[in-house]
Amino acid sequence: MLVDKYFLGVDVGSVSTNFVLIDEEGHLVDSLYLRTQGRPMQTIQEGMKNLRQKIGGKAEIIGVGTTGSARQLAATLLGADVVKNEITAHAVAASRIDPSVQTILEIGGQDSKIILLRNGVVVDFAMNTVCAAGTGSFLDQQAARLGIPIDEFGKLALQGTHPVRIAGRCSVFAESDMIHKQQLGHSLPDILAGLCQAMVRNYLNNVGKNKEILGPIFFQGGVAANPGIRRAFENELNQKVIVPEHFSVMGALGAAYLAQEKYQQQGLSTKFRGMKISESNFQARSFDCQGCSNQCEVVEIRQEEQTLTRWGDRCGKWSVISSYTQEKEITEASGK
Amino acid sequence: MKVTFPHMGNAWIVIQTLLECLNVDYVTPPPNSKETLNIGTQLAPESACLPLKLNLGNFVQGAALGADTALITGGVGPCRFGYYGELEKQILQEAGYDFDVITLEPPDGSILGLLQRIRKLAGPKNNWRKITQALLFAYRKSVALDRIENTFHGYRPLVPDSNRVDQLYDEARMNLLQAMSEQGITEVLNWLSDKIQEEKVCSYGENYRDKKNTLRVGVVGEIYTVLEPYVSMEIEKELGNLGVLVDRSIYLSGWVGQHVFRGLAQGYKPIKPYYSLAKPYLNHFVGGHAMETVGAAVKYAQEGYDGLVQLLPLGCMPEIVAASILPKVQEDYGIPIMTLTVDEHTGKAGVLTRVEAFVDLLERSRIYKDHKEGVLELAGR
Repeated sequence: MLVDKYFLGVDVGSVSTNFVLIDEEGHLVDSLYLRTQGRPMQTIQEGMKNLRQKIGGKAEIIGVGTTGSARQLAATLLGADVVKNEITAHAVAASRIDPSVQTILEIGGQDSKIILLRNGVVVDFAMNTVCAAGTGSFLDQQAARLGIPIDEFGKLALQGTHPVRIAGRCSVFAESDMIHKQQLGHSLPDILAGLCQAMVRNYLNNVGKNKEILGPIFFQGGVAANPGIRRAFENELNQKVIVPEHFSVMGALGAAYLAQEKYQQQGLSTKFRGMKISESNFQARSFDCQGCSNQCEVVEIRQEEQTLTRWGDRCGKWSVISSYTQEKEITEASGK
Repeated sequence: MKVTFPHMGNAWIVIQTLLECLNVDYVTPPPNSKETLNIGTQLAPESACLPLKLNLGNFVQGAALGADTALITGGVGPCRFGYYGELEKQILQEAGYDFDVITLEPPDGSILGLLQRIRKLAGPKNNWRKITQALLFAYRKSVALDRIENTFHGYRPLVPDSNRVDQLYDEARMNLLQAMSEQGITEVLNWLSDKIQEEKVCSYGENYRDKKNTLRVGVVGEIYTVLEPYVSMEIEKELGNLGVLVDRSIYLSGWVGQHVFRGLAQGYKPIKPYYSLAKPYLNHFVGGHAMETVGAAVKYAQEGYDGLVQLLPLGCMPEIVAASILPKVQEDYGIPIMTLTVDEHTGKAGVLTRVEAFVDLLERSRIYKDHKEGVLELAGR
């Protein structure tokens, strides 16, 4: 029987959890964009369930890569071959699509970053540090407050002809400034366009500070769906800003590419734990270790009464159980 | 009088030795933890930098163990740390802790003033000969301690078992803590180098990595942030575990020698050479360690290091000056520099993500330089 072989990339972020399947040649076969809603484990399971229905029984996953803030968790649940940070994953995906790309603007749910590449190599990057103003969560919140669906936000912003000036330095002040501007009687599109400009200014002043932004520029991450923000970037930078086709799942795509590269280089068999994990019962719990004065917060992930992994301890007292052989034993016991 | 003191990395081992040699009654506060920081954050003004908050937490935790006097070093120049001794005394008194604070610093640059403070700490029982001996011994121990730390920075990236390295490091520090003679210190250093040699051959064998292939990263920045692992999120250890050879620009003995004893002692990794190296970029003192940071960055760049990490606490003026100069060094020498700012809101996950991405960046650009391959051929490594 002929089976299709795929690489799976998973990006578990604060707001969205994305899945990407690529075939052996690296073509994107399927992608999935789910809301994490603060429940990463359930969302990963839900995604796997969806994928299983789509690709059915004749598919085989031959490599898995995870990225995003919950990459370790995802790696444990899925059995990943490559675990990489978001910056590398985004850079790999972008330069694979266009090797000449020199700047990546990425705005996600709770963080935003800028990545500079020269000749296909990351030479510099920055992430927002303490402030969430200008990230996806903030836009979500404001759209909800104004009673407009987030998908409409950008379209409405594009209709603004005289964007109002909004203090974008801090999300709390931006909100009160917006309310003030509404009460003065400015139109909704003008306020939204103003908000887009404020966000872009804030991004360029904080994350993009001291960075040499050269084209081609890619704009990716969930917020790239918003044409208002994209236009604001183009106006501010005086350059064309490209939103790649799969902008919302670029992290996952990068992770899938990384899994593919590893497979091609080393040809190892995958640690993937099977599509059936969507039916398993996973539980997480945490406790403070009382072993010494460090009092590490240890997190434990369990699947059907079996401990999959623990982390958070500094000394390795708790995390040693997560050796590969033990994981495999657990998988076998749970009937892969 | 029962003395307590703030934590700064391994400094407690040296301070404890000094106080023991002088027969001063003391308590060592528990190591920095979430609780220490919570106490400090409640007492300190919100905009104060992280060291002040942790110092206060240390003193309160020391007070719970019976301490009534705080020992702290001071500084000269525009860094806020210089008046933390006074500030901490007032904050503690307002919070109801009747603390006396002894600030070890040369007030207005006067060595005589420093001696008077040492006399106050040592009490009338000790004569100057004994005090000098105690200071010298503590200083030698400090140099040995710095040497041990540096040894581990070089050793960690080469071995696969990071937990074993942690154990060995703890063992070495405890042995040094107990050494109470010059000979004892030498024995600890010899024991460590034998032990490392033995484990290299017996435990790791072929798994022992080749030093030639490791990336080299220099760590520069504000001394407290660099030295105290709780604050730096153990960045040196994390880099080491990722297979990176770390070299740190400043060590305790070098700093104490230059700043408290006005250059009378040079310590391990003397910081004096940094001043002339910093000259083309920053030619006068702006407080704190800005000149050391810039000078060290130039030194590492000239020595062909792969990258640099600068660490500073949020709101640290001298380091902000340095941070705005470093891009020039980066440009002149083509060395990637990452600046990390930490405060009580910093999460370890965010720091780790940046560190990982930085190491990827260095690895890929190095291989690119060697083989002229693109990033794609390197994926998955």
